[in-house]
Amino acid sequence: MKEKTIEPFITLTSSCVVLPAENVDTDQIIPARFLKTIERRGLGAHLFADWRVDEHGQPRTEFPLNSPAAVGAAILVAGHNFGCGSSREHAPWALLDFGFRAVISTGFADIFRNNALKTGLLPVALSKPAHASLLNQLAVSPRSSVTIDLETQRATLPDGTSHAFAVDPFARHCLLNGVDELGFLIGQDAAIAAYESTHSSRVCTR
Amino acid sequence: MTPRTIVDKIWDDHLVCPESESTPAVLYVDLHLVHEVTSPQAFAELRNRGAKVRRPDLTLATMDHSTPTTPRSAGRLRVLDPQASTQLKQLETNCEEFGIKLFGLDDSRQGIVHVIGPEQGLTQPGMTIVCGDSHTSTHGAFGALAFGIGTSEVSYVLASQTLLQRKPRNMEVRIDGVLSRGVTAKDIILAIIARVGIGGATGKVLEYSGSAIRALGMEERMTICNMSIEAGARAGLIAPDETTFEYIAGRPFAPSGANWDAAVTHWNQLASDDDASYDLSVQLDAAALAPMITFGTNPSMAIPIDGHVPDPTAAGSGAERADLDKALRYMALEPGQSLLGRAVDVVFVGSCTNSRISDLRQAAAVMRGRHVAPGVRMLVVPGSRNVKSEAEAEGLDRVFLEAGAEWREAGCSMCIAMNGDQLEPGQSAVSTSNRNFEGRQGKGGRTFLASPLTAAATAVTGAIADVRTLS
Repeated sequence: MKEKTIEPFITLTSSCVVLPAENVDTDQIIPARFLKTIERRGLGAHLFADWRVDEHGQPRTEFPLNSPAAVGAAILVAGHNFGCGSSREHAPWALLDFGFRAVISTGFADIFRNNALKTGLLPVALSKPAHASLLNQLAVSPRSSVTIDLETQRATLPDGTSHAFAVDPFARHCLLNGVDELGFLIGQDAAIAAYESTHSSRVCTR
Repeated sequence: MTPRTIVDKIWDDHLVCPESESTPAVLYVDLHLVHEVTSPQAFAELRNRGAKVRRPDLTLATMDHSTPTTPRSAGRLRVLDPQASTQLKQLETNCEEFGIKLFGLDDSRQGIVHVIGPEQGLTQPGMTIVCGDSHTSTHGAFGALAFGIGTSEVSYVLASQTLLQRKPRNMEVRIDGVLSRGVTAKDIILAIIARVGIGGATGKVLEYSGSAIRALGMEERMTICNMSIEAGARAGLIAPDETTFEYIAGRPFAPSGANWDAAVTHWNQLASDDDASYDLSVQLDAAALAPMITFGTNPSMAIPIDGHVPDPTAAGSGAERADLDKALRYMALEPGQSLLGRAVDVVFVGSCTNSRISDLRQAAAVMRGRHVAPGVRMLVVPGSRNVKSEAEAEGLDRVFLEAGAEWREAGCSMCIAMNGDQLEPGQSAVSTSNRNFEGRQGKGGRTFLASPLTAAATAVTGAIADVRTLS
């Protein structure tokens, strides 16, 4: 079987876009009407569609993703519980397609975090004080850069302070090496077959 | 032996490889449910990798999210949206190529994925069940560990029948007491989410217990487990009991004969041990609950229907205040305002939360002999074709149609508004669905989540109404 390669994530230094709202749900990240696609690519055009564009199809200039400072930014700095709601992987796909490689928050919804890690988008959960400090620094100098180092699991803020963040060791291994979990799971074939030989199926859908 | 919760027991029973610090557990999946929206890219991935579906016999597909609910002509549903049509055809192609049973639009068993699993007897206690849909927690009502996954994980389960998982923490939600008249399972879960908060159960599995839960039927238990994700939980479940077994018995995919007896013996051992401990516990008094309704833009922003919209200036933190301010602006509400009497444009009865026969009976009981208020559009969307047939056999369709409501085909419909059933910008709806996020039911639409009883009372009043005081 072919080994899939996702874009490895080792270190990233980039300017940021700040979207401080808490509890941003996946219906905002990518509204459901864009989920009729059968492709992974192309969703960046619709990222935050209803917040980015007004009812006449014009960009809302006050929305952070439309600001000149957003151009080229690969880090989204978001509020707590980012990505709550639906399980749509289209949300991290849309963020990646738009150009983001990492989202910094104080916490992520479970399924969003899982999906992001599997697609090569790194969710970075900082402590509340570090996150608040980052927001303050970016308010003063919006174009300043943050460095995220997955090897050392540290984020360096514009003021030079460095903050640890947690990532599941297995997800970290996959991201650093640009491989997904499927190869590993297929590699467990003997163990899976052994389980199946001692546990009869609960149902048969046939 | 250490006392175990039901989650511990199901977890232990499905370990292909235990977890270590470096690697999550490899967890076996007993049943994988598939639908058209979150699966096409997963099947494409299998093709790219030259992988097969390991256990098509543990996999079932249905069509629900992007399917039209407009009436059939000569028994056939017409899919006018070209994108939806492509997506549905892709599911047919994928199921045929990989040998997966599909309840397609022409199958009499088609319906919302979380309605048909239980209805067919596929959802059983002690199982692990996954689906590319966050409301998979619904199946927890049967004492199954059921959770939503993303499309990458859909491909992993298709190829390996397993998932890499870290063990979740346990949270007990205990509800004792007797519900008052007009208060339902939907009100219980909205009250729980309001208490726990939108992200309060992140990383946890909720186990609902207590006398109020035991008194509920299976469809009501599904309503409760369905919305576990709205508090951030990975799953929610209820230990199985006689009510559970009675519901499952005789369904098409349920065990029978000696297999049934063996299954019940196993199921009876699943309940959490008396002295099992939980990482967290919350308690609610069922008798103190009123019908609940959401006022904001996430499901935790809910109040008793006769309550008042909270004042953002009283919020605990600056971020909470900003969140509430934004929600009230979007919903066009003022702090301190009562929701009763607020005019609505649409009433939606349906979704994987509240589209089963008991939900339709409750709504119909309110509608019987009454009429949908002028200017209000009411959609009643059964959760499956079987629910639809059952309702029609009881004459519920006549009740809704005579009251001036629309009686539709089965599907997710206006809950997710992917299929053309949607609010117009600025419209307000009372909806029995599960999410009131901005634009969820159509761009610019405003959603008030409530029970089928409240929805029906609102439809006949033309404004948000308290079913307990309906004249």
